[in-house]
Amino acid sequence: MVTEAGRQRPGAGSHRPAAGGQGTVQARFAQVARIFFGCLLSIASLFISGCMRQEAPADITILNGAEPQSLDPALLTGQADMRVAIGMFEGLTRLDPTNAQAIPGLAESWDISPDGTVYTFHLRTNLVWSTGEPIRADDVVYSWIRTLEPATAAEYAGQLYYLTNAEAFNTGRIKDPSQVGVHALDPFTVRVELNHPTPFFLDICDMPMSYVVPRATIEKYGDHWLMAKPLPSSGPFELVYWRLNDKVRFKKNPLYWDAANTKSEIIDILPVGSANVAINLYEHGEADIVWDKDLIPAEILDVLLQRPDFHTFNYLGTYFVRFNVTRKPFDDPRVRQALAMAIDKKRIVERISKGGEEVATHLVPDGTADYTSPDGWGYDPVLARKLLAEAGYPGGKGFPPFTYLYNASAGGSSKIHEKVAIELQQMWHDQLGINMELHQVEWTAYLDALTSLNYDVARSSWVGDYDDANTFLGCFVTGDGNNRTGWSNPQYDSLVHQANAEVNVKKRGQLFQQAETILVRDQLPVIPLYFYEGINYFDTNKVQGIYENILDDHPLQSIAKVK
Amino acid sequence: MYFVRRLIFAIPLLLVVSALSFFLMHLAPGGPFDSERAPASPQIEHNIRAKYHADEPVWKQYLEYLRGLAHGDFGVSYKYLDHSVSDIIEQGLPISATLGILAFGFAMGLGLPLGFFTAARRGRWEDYAGSFLAILAVCIPGFVVAPILILVFSIKWQLLPVGLWETPWHMVLPPIALGLFFAGKVARLMREGMLNAVQSEFVTAARAKGLSENKLLLKHAVRIAILPVVSFAGPMLADLLTGSFVIENIFQIPGIGVFLVNSSQNLDYPLLVGLSLLYAILLIGMNLVVDFAYTLLDPRVKYE
Repeated sequence: MVTEAGRQRPGAGSHRPAAGGQGTVQARFAQVARIFFGCLLSIASLFISGCMRQEAPADITILNGAEPQSLDPALLTGQADMRVAIGMFEGLTRLDPTNAQAIPGLAESWDISPDGTVYTFHLRTNLVWSTGEPIRADDVVYSWIRTLEPATAAEYAGQLYYLTNAEAFNTGRIKDPSQVGVHALDPFTVRVELNHPTPFFLDICDMPMSYVVPRATIEKYGDHWLMAKPLPSSGPFELVYWRLNDKVRFKKNPLYWDAANTKSEIIDILPVGSANVAINLYEHGEADIVWDKDLIPAEILDVLLQRPDFHTFNYLGTYFVRFNVTRKPFDDPRVRQALAMAIDKKRIVERISKGGEEVATHLVPDGTADYTSPDGWGYDPVLARKLLAEAGYPGGKGFPPFTYLYNASAGGSSKIHEKVAIELQQMWHDQLGINMELHQVEWTAYLDALTSLNYDVARSSWVGDYDDANTFLGCFVTGDGNNRTGWSNPQYDSLVHQANAEVNVKKRGQLFQQAETILVRDQLPVIPLYFYEGINYFDTNKVQGIYENILDDHPLQSIAKVK
Repeated sequence: MYFVRRLIFAIPLLLVVSALSFFLMHLAPGGPFDSERAPASPQIEHNIRAKYHADEPVWKQYLEYLRGLAHGDFGVSYKYLDHSVSDIIEQGLPISATLGILAFGFAMGLGLPLGFFTAARRGRWEDYAGSFLAILAVCIPGFVVAPILILVFSIKWQLLPVGLWETPWHMVLPPIALGLFFAGKVARLMREGMLNAVQSEFVTAARAKGLSENKLLLKHAVRIAILPVVSFAGPMLADLLTGSFVIENIFQIPGIGVFLVNSSQNLDYPLLVGLSLLYAILLIGMNLVVDFAYTLLDPRVKYE
């Protein structure tokens, strides 16, 4: 069949015997073949020579997970993006690599007013871009206003809403940027006014949307300013090049104020899409550090964790199940509690996630700064059945069928979400006699379903933006875009708001505790399953200056090969 | 004239391709700017959609897109915000094309002789063995072949790199993994072609004239037998040049194959439509080349 179709090529024009002797046809054939293979060879050799790289080997090669969506500090949102951008740009504060606390960055010191709402930052006097021009207070103001400018369309602009009038400016209600609470008092002093005391504000200052970016370059090149050459950088490294899906190459910025403490000359950061590739490259010495949890082959994790070069640590992330409380029967807290108590979470962390994760009964991970969570519900199938019966479904009778929504796992190989889904299906069926269907969708469809409350029960997770209980508890305030459960509780809202206005750290923690008690004991719009465990792998005998910290962020400046 | 006409017809075809991919993508649930972290204010999402004109009606966006296209502008990727679609293609296409051409060379270099050989030994054990190998090559998918190659050549014998795309050594395994399927396909086509060719009248006539069997096959039958392979080679080359998601992923090669799949998952409309157009252009171009090659190879074919 193929032969016939191939020979006749329907619709390819009229076929007609042509004159021509045997000899000429043969010659033509040879000619075509020669030309064809000649072209092929020359193109191939051209490409190969063009692709060959003759460049210095990097001091450190890091496998970083997904390709950065953007390295523009105002636009980037992903952790993989942030871990790259941190090499090039710096904010008023920067991360201490050992514990991810905010320490002086471009600002060498600051004063905080007694009511906690006015910050006065004092810039270092020796700050210059990698291209030599000075960095001054105006640059800080420009960078922050740029993040808030509606036309910049910064997704994380909300992290600067703590500034007075920032929200009004970002949402277009006021047009004059000088009304926003950030001003340059003189070339070395920035004054910041906040709406209310914000204990984690210094952490906000080291997040990407607060990085100081080069105004002249941005104004000249517009949206593609990151491709400008040279690209002025305010951080410890300069961008040599960034090739999509290939690598980002950094070289040391000798003009950085703390260049004396930059430990590596050249760092390569590679985006890698799969855990198998990552471990192959690492085992072959093509990479020194693998630091994305999607790049850990979950199937052999229990074996890998025995090795000294695999490191686990506490990490600000929680895996949980979300209810759509606008749908029956999940509008009844007793049903939600029953489902939560019927889950043997220990089994999930031992059989599925396998990274030594802690079982979670509350939402805010242990180890969060200045905060201790209340305990939620443990595994109690007897009480679960009782609650379900009270809610009108004794033995699961009459419980309407429902679906569990989850997305395809990132990295694809580990299928954790699917395995958790199957486990929950089994547990709820065995313990409560209720049936659920599984529904796996693509990432964007998943987000769409969550946001539009078009689901019954769904897998979810949350990773803290900064080390504070608010980054978790703030999500479930009424109307917050991250709520996505339809759950609303005035008492909870009021407690979270009170906590955020409280200057006293201890009182603030207590208010948050009361709020979280409502969330994880009384109401349970979500069931926390386990806390993420950070995992990365590198040989401590070969690499130093990388520390496990609760944000799983690792400033590039301190990382070096052991000589 | 005929080829000019074909080229002109290609323009509406490309329009259809762009429209179909554009509108089909917009039917998918969710949008390119959906994010796990909801912005602090709905206005932020509005700002983002306004920046990329995603708040306008789809037909208007499409017309805008076409206007850009007319000026040679493929737009900005919604997923890789610092890169234009042209940038992405410019960076990835040469790499995918190199991989594709190498794989093409491998497929032809292995498939043609194997097809010829099995046809020449028709019905004997060599034929069965060769044909079995060809079928095996067609049946085993790349995502099985590639890890096996890595396991054997890179991990066990430590001969070749496990991935990346830097030196000629990095360019050995991926083309084999990618080309093996096509090699099997080419071998089967070639064998079929040969068997048909040796039954045709002009070969019988040549045989009657007393030509030796080898000369008969090599000089006369091959020319006709290769035609099905040539027709297949056009689309195959277009396929290979635009990269392979699986192979590029497994070997960590920075081509465009990965983007072809990712862009549809991410609902990155401009990137997906741009890549679809690129694929369509290559496909149309390669088919033209195939038809042109026909006129040179087969004296009976002529277009007017």
